[in-house]
Parts: sequence; C-alpha cells; structure tokens
Amino acid sequence: MNYRMIFKSIGTVLCIEAACMLPSLLVAFIYREADTLSFAVSMFITAVTGFLLLRIKTPISRIYTRDGFAIVALGWLHVSAFGALPFLLSGSIPSVIDAFFESASGFSTTGASILRNVEALPKSILFWRSFTHWMGGIGVLILMIAILPSVNASTINIMKAESPGPAPGKLVPKIRQTAEILYIIYIVLTAIQVVLLLAGGMTIYDALIHAFGTASTGGFSSRNASVAAYSSVYTETVITVFMFLFGVNFTLYYMVFKRNIKSVLRDEELRFYFGVVITAIVLIVLNINGTVYQSIGESIRYAAFQVSSIITTTGYATADFNIWPAFSQVILVLLMFIGACAGSTGGGLKCIRVILLFKIIKREIAKLNHPKAVQTVKINGRIVDEETLSGVMAFFFFWILIFAVSVLIVSLDGKDLITSTTAVTATLNNIGPGLGLVGPVGNYADLSVLSKAVLSVCMIVGRLEIYPIMLLCFSSFWKRSSI
Amino acid sequence: MKIIIIGDGKLGYNLAENLSKENNDVIIIDKNQEALKKAGEYLDVMCIKGNGLSTQILLEAGIKEADLLIAATASDEMNMVCCLTAKKLGATHTIARIRDPEYANELDQLKADLDLDMVINPEQAVAGEIARVIEFPPALNVEIFAKGRVVMMEMKVTPDMSIVDMSLNNISKMSDSGILIGGVLRDDTVIIPNGDFVIKEDDTIYVVGQPSKVVQFYRCIGIHVQKIKSVMVMGGGRIAYYLAKYLDEMEIKVKIIDIDRERCVELTELLPKALIICGDGTDESVLHSENLANMGAFVSVTGKDEENIIAALLAKQYGVQKVVAKINRIDYSLAINNMGIDSVISPKLITANYILKYVRGLQNAMGNPVDALYRIMDNRVEAIEFTANEHTKFLDTPLRDLKIIKGILIAAIVRKNEIIIPHGNDVIKADDNVILIAKDKKLTDLNDIIELGV
Repeated sequence: MNYRMIFKSIGTVLCIEAACMLPSLLVAFIYREADTLSFAVSMFITAVTGFLLLRIKTPISRIYTRDGFAIVALGWLHVSAFGALPFLLSGSIPSVIDAFFESASGFSTTGASILRNVEALPKSILFWRSFTHWMGGIGVLILMIAILPSVNASTINIMKAESPGPAPGKLVPKIRQTAEILYIIYIVLTAIQVVLLLAGGMTIYDALIHAFGTASTGGFSSRNASVAAYSSVYTETVITVFMFLFGVNFTLYYMVFKRNIKSVLRDEELRFYFGVVITAIVLIVLNINGTVYQSIGESIRYAAFQVSSIITTTGYATADFNIWPAFSQVILVLLMFIGACAGSTGGGLKCIRVILLFKIIKREIAKLNHPKAVQTVKINGRIVDEETLSGVMAFFFFWILIFAVSVLIVSLDGKDLITSTTAVTATLNNIGPGLGLVGPVGNYADLSVLSKAVLSVCMIVGRLEIYPIMLLCFSSFWKRSSI
Repeated sequence: MKIIIIGDGKLGYNLAENLSKENNDVIIIDKNQEALKKAGEYLDVMCIKGNGLSTQILLEAGIKEADLLIAATASDEMNMVCCLTAKKLGATHTIARIRDPEYANELDQLKADLDLDMVINPEQAVAGEIARVIEFPPALNVEIFAKGRVVMMEMKVTPDMSIVDMSLNNISKMSDSGILIGGVLRDDTVIIPNGDFVIKEDDTIYVVGQPSKVVQFYRCIGIHVQKIKSVMVMGGGRIAYYLAKYLDEMEIKVKIIDIDRERCVELTELLPKALIICGDGTDESVLHSENLANMGAFVSVTGKDEENIIAALLAKQYGVQKVVAKINRIDYSLAINNMGIDSVISPKLITANYILKYVRGLQNAMGNPVDALYRIMDNRVEAIEFTANEHTKFLDTPLRDLKIIKGILIAAIVRKNEIIIPHGNDVIKADDNVILIAKDKKLTDLNDIIELGV
C-alpha cells in the first residue's frame, strides 16, 4: 500500500472540493445571506486540510490497483464528510449524521433528503447541495485527473475504481484527455439544458439547480414539490429528455462527435436501455390511464417523466407514485435495480450488466441442449471474456447481499416492509425517493440514526459500485505486507 | 503524435512505454487479451483487441489520422502486410520489423515496394552494437555518430589509469588529443562535467571523439589496446548470424556454439567461414575443450538471460579479455553491473533508441533532422545528433555568446571531414552535425538547447 500517495491524492481532492465551494459562496454573497461566513469557514477548513495532506512527500508515485481503490474509497468518504461542513456550520442541518447523509446523498447523486421543508433553507445551501451532485456525477477524482498537470499512467487505476460499469475504458490513448473529454461532454450537455430551462421561464438559479440535478442524475430540487412545483409541460419535457440523455454511456456521445453514428445506433446497451424505457412507459400508461389519470396525454406525461427519472436513478418526481396501482409501482422498483447505462452519470446495476446476466442465462440453457457446444457471450459482436462474466455474476450477488443486509438493519426501525426495502433500494441504486414513507412526497427524516448511517454508506457503496468501499472493510487490505 | 503499434510483445510494449512517456498518443493492437492487460494497466496508452491486419480494426484505431504505424508482430510477413494496408488507409509513416536474414539482403527493394519509411531489425542492430564493442575492446559500450566519424565510448576508470585524480583540464593538456569527456557516472549520480571536474577511481566515463583519437587517448592513459582476433559466440540465433557476418568483415575468426544440431547444420551453410560447434555452451567441459581461455572475446546471445549471464561469468573466470552478454530484461541491470561482465547489450534499449530517434525526427519535421539518438546511464542522459540547417537560430554565433540550458553539453561538431571538439570561439555552421549530451532532457530540435527569451 502506498499510503503516502493515497493521502496526498486525498489532499488534492480536498483542495478541489474547497475550490468548488466558491460558487456557493458567491450565491450567498449575491443573495446577501448570512451563510457567507459558514462557507468561508468550510472552505478554509477543507483547503487547509487539503494543503497539509498535499505536503506529504511521495518517494514512489506508482499506484497499483488496490491503491487506486483505496484513493477512491477514502477520497469519497473524506469529500462527503467535508461536504457536510457548510450544512453544519450554517445551522441548516444541525445534526451531524443528517448533514453527512445529505452530503453523501449529494455526492453520490442519490437525491435522498432528510429535509422536511427544503424551501425554508438559504439559497446558497441549496445551491451547494445541488453542486455536490454535479461534482459527484462523473466523479470527483476524474475531475482531479482532468485538471492536474502531472498524471502518470497508473492513474488509470483511480479512473477504473471510480467509473461505473464492468469494464471502464479510455476514449483516447491519454488518460488525462479522456477525463477532459468526459467533462467537456458533461459541461456542454448541462449548459444546453440550462439554456432550454431558461427558455421555459425558470429563473437562472432554479435552472442551474435543476440542470445540476438532471446532469448528475441526482435529483435534489429547490422546491418541496420537486419538478411538479412548476406544473409546466415544457419544463417537464426538457427534464424528461435530458434525464434520459444523461443515462446514456458518454462514450457514445464521443462517437457521435467522431461521426460514428452507425455504431452508436447499433450499440446493444443503448438499444436495451431505450427498449426498457419505452416498454415501461407503455405498460404504466396502460395501467394508470383511466384509473389515476383521465386523459391519455396526462398519463403519458406523468408515466414518461417518472420512468425516465427512475431508470436513470435521478429521482425527480412530478407525481406521487405512492398512489399508483401496485403493477406500476413494481415496474418502477424493477427499473430502480436496472439503472442507467455504464459510463453514464446514473446508478443502479447498469443495463450492460443486466444484458450480460440475461445472456449468461441463455447460454446456460443452451448448454443443456448441446452439452458439447462452445459458446461465447458477445456484446456488439465482440466476445466478452469469461473473467468479466464471472465478475458480473459476483457483482450481482454482492449487490443483492448488501441489499439484504441493509434491509435487515433498516427494518430494526420498525417501519413497514415497503418503506424499509425501498429505502435501501432507492439509496443503494442512487435514486432518492422510494415508496411508502420515503416516497416522492416523503423524506428520510423519520429514520433512526443507525438507519441513516447505513443508508449513507449504501449511497456511496452504490455510487462506487461496491468494491472500493468493501475493500476497506477487509483487514488484509490494510496490512503493510499482505500475502 | 498519434502512433499505432501492432503487436504487444516485448518490442511493442517497450516502444509503447517509451513513446507514451514522450507524450505521444499511443494505441496498441494485439490479438492477445492477456498481453494487452499489462499494457492497459501500466502504460498510458489505449489497447484494442483484434487483428492488426483487419481494415475495420485499423479504422477503429483511427489509422486515418495516425502519424505513424509500427508493426512489431512475431511474423515478418504480417508486419509487411500491416504496413501496406495502413499506408493505403492513410497512415503517414510506417515502420515494420523485418528480421529474417533471408529478407535482409532485399531490404531496400522491400522498403520501396511496400512504401515503408523504416525497417527495424533488432537482431541486426544488436549484432552491430556487439561488433563495435569488439572492435574497440577497452570500451564497455560504443555509440557512433556522423556515420562512424565520431564515437562515444563508455569506460570504467581503474586505479592503474593515469587519469585518476586529474581534472579534465589537465587531462586534455596531458593527452593533447581531440577528445572530450562528456559524462560521468559516479555511484549512481549523473554528472555532466566541466573543466575543473576531477576524475576518481571507479567512475564510468563517456569519451567522445574521432575513433583514432579515442584509441590514442587510451594509449596515452596507459591502456594497452590489443586487437581481438577470435570470438566465441554462444547461441546460434539470428544475432549470432548477423554478428558472424560483421566479424567476418572485420577479419575476426568466429566460433559459434549451439545446442541444436539442425540449427548448426543450417549455420554451416549460411556461414561457411565460421566454425560451428554443436554443444551446450553452459557446460564447462565443452567451453574448455573449445579452448575458451585463448579466445579474444566471448559473446553470449542465447534466448535466455540467465544462461547468458552464467556463461559470461564462466568466460570471465577463464580470463577472457572481453566478455559481452545479451540481456533482455533491463531490470536486472543494477545487479549485473557489479558482476564483472564487460559489456551488457540490451536489444530492447537499442531498438527503442532507434525508433525514438525516428519519432523525434518526425516531431520536428520543420526543424533540424535528428541523425542519432542514444540514451545512456539508465536512460537518464541522452546523446543526440542533429544536422544544423537554415532553421537553426544561432548559426555562426560563437558558442561563448550562447545561453545554453544547464545540463546540456555540445560534445562535438562535425564539419565535412573535420571533427571539432568545441570551445568558446567555435561556431555552428549550416550543414554541421552537432552532437549534444543532455541530462534529464528530451530534445527534439537543435534550437531547444538555447534558453527561451534570449
């Protein structure tokens, strides 16, 4: 373990985080809010800690896979902890665990909140909440890779640990350029959305907050009623479309830019993602039309928004699906698990893994028919190696295991089954609202401290796709010379 | 620059490592996932799994915008076809590894037919390097500049040399010959010395100058230079073949030992003048019966590093004057340096230097051509040769008026047949070949040696 390098990297990330508090400070300044000081103090504490860690001398700068995982896991825990400072210092969220929950929810782009009345909070605090989403969307450490001048080849281990998907790769030969390209795509798409939202009559402040929430597939809003507060078909359409777009693998945007449209359209994951979205919308429309909503137009409007919001794991809501029929609710819960595409800002299991799992099942059945047949699993015509396949299966089991253990702990609160299970589903998959007490009009405030702590960890575990955080739990990982 | 490398073997990996460190965009194509895994994890390059011959894979790698394609798969024929396809698809430059001796004589024809920009034959290059070391026995390594008119020789300072504890100024007065000591390696520190620097025992020094002058310098400091007349080569591979050819030209007798009878028979046909022995070169009795002790030099070039090391140590025990071993893995160098083997030749380094030279030349297409590039002292120092031309910004300026960046030394200037070891009054003229020694720098142009803003 290269401890020096790990803590130095964390120092860098904290410095970046301090710099990212600047826009919120500016907002506090513009709206002449009393929180200017709390932001300044938070920035100071974060920056000083960061600088102190940066002074660590690193004789060996090489990092291996497990160092990369440690940097990502510890980096995220630190970033979330320091991100909670503004909430605490400003007094907006007085409890430590609540502040950490809110910060973890922000960075992991979950969007679950312990706040009962969002509108009562200062604008700068809400802005910070949404900005943490935006930073967490692609990744805080990838941001570090993109802006730092000295990046060596071993940084790929950090990128692998932070990027979602079974086999994250590079877009271009240089890792730094890859990170830059990802951020450029991210910034450009966010900017387009801001402009479109402004055109629909939102204020610049609301437009930014909602664009951050959409781009990162986070879901924090500045209104209690989320996007429903605007009751504008235009705004809802823009957000629906952009939620969908941010759930697509960013590599495909780069391919569009490279005029490789053909392979984009042929991409199996995109087709699957699109197919699932359309099927879910159609099924829900058939289910809720005539029962909950009277006109077909209304049904499509609400079904499309909710489906897009849930599958991309954003978590915005325009309708209280707590009162929808059970069939629609089950579809939404299933979508929560599927999640968005690999290489997007969304969470969940990721479409690609679901496709691979289906193909593995198909192969198993085919093997019964032709025991001697040689069969390989292919994606986009390329063979997926067996190592990746077994990795996906192990990941799936791990995911379910963590889900089960977390549900067990949360159920100690004595809440109903639906609340307990969907609270874990919605946090582990980085969605935000679940069903029952934690539904779109509810929040997580009523849960116990233990549940909040478990769910906070679930959010980060879900965002980093299990392994980095779980690795920290094993003592063999910490030993200086493990065999 | 955008560079595509086909084949992620020893050479491909090594090139990718060196080229990506020089800030090029490198893409590696290979069929073998396992090989790519290592490159993907340790190098800042992009890996594509697939057949480098396939148009689709090449297009995916972006062959249209590629500045250079290097084909380094195991098969010569495959490399040729890869380069041909790549050129047709729009690669600007192509380099193929072609190492079969059967093609060696037709290389020019092949280059023209396949529109190749460069052919690398690592075995031949290694053989050339070994032949040079044998030509100048006191040197541990020899690098050549300006088509052999200037050489740089590495040597170890031993207590019996007269230059021990002398400053460079005194050495040049004493020896009165046109040589320069361009670099010193003392206990792992690299020094680009000035006139007041004092040479100590056990230093490794790099002497630059005309070959005859360097030999004269050797005599002057008390090294007895004796021409090597016979060489025993262990291992009958391609390097041995090329080496035997070179040594034959130098009128040195060659004895090759190889364990494989069929290969031995083949060699007798290819190398009629050489003596071919079928036997195990690491077996002491074989070496003994073949009169190892009386050979002028011993060269071990089998495929296994360990065997080469053992055999070389054995030869040293027998008192062979000059022992050369081929060692592929550079990581061993620390351990090997203290073993007493005179010269260690690494094919990897030699080919990497070769290609880096070419790439640097491409990078400064508008500037001064790069004629030679060698990296010495564990890659920490570069010796590089440029041709000065109308793009050079400081022609005809006395060197004392130039603000040369610290750590760079102008070692020699070659003007037609005249070799100048430069002093403050000397100037660089157009068409001169300028040989530089640079520490911790990567020079791509002659103009880079001047401090900016001056």
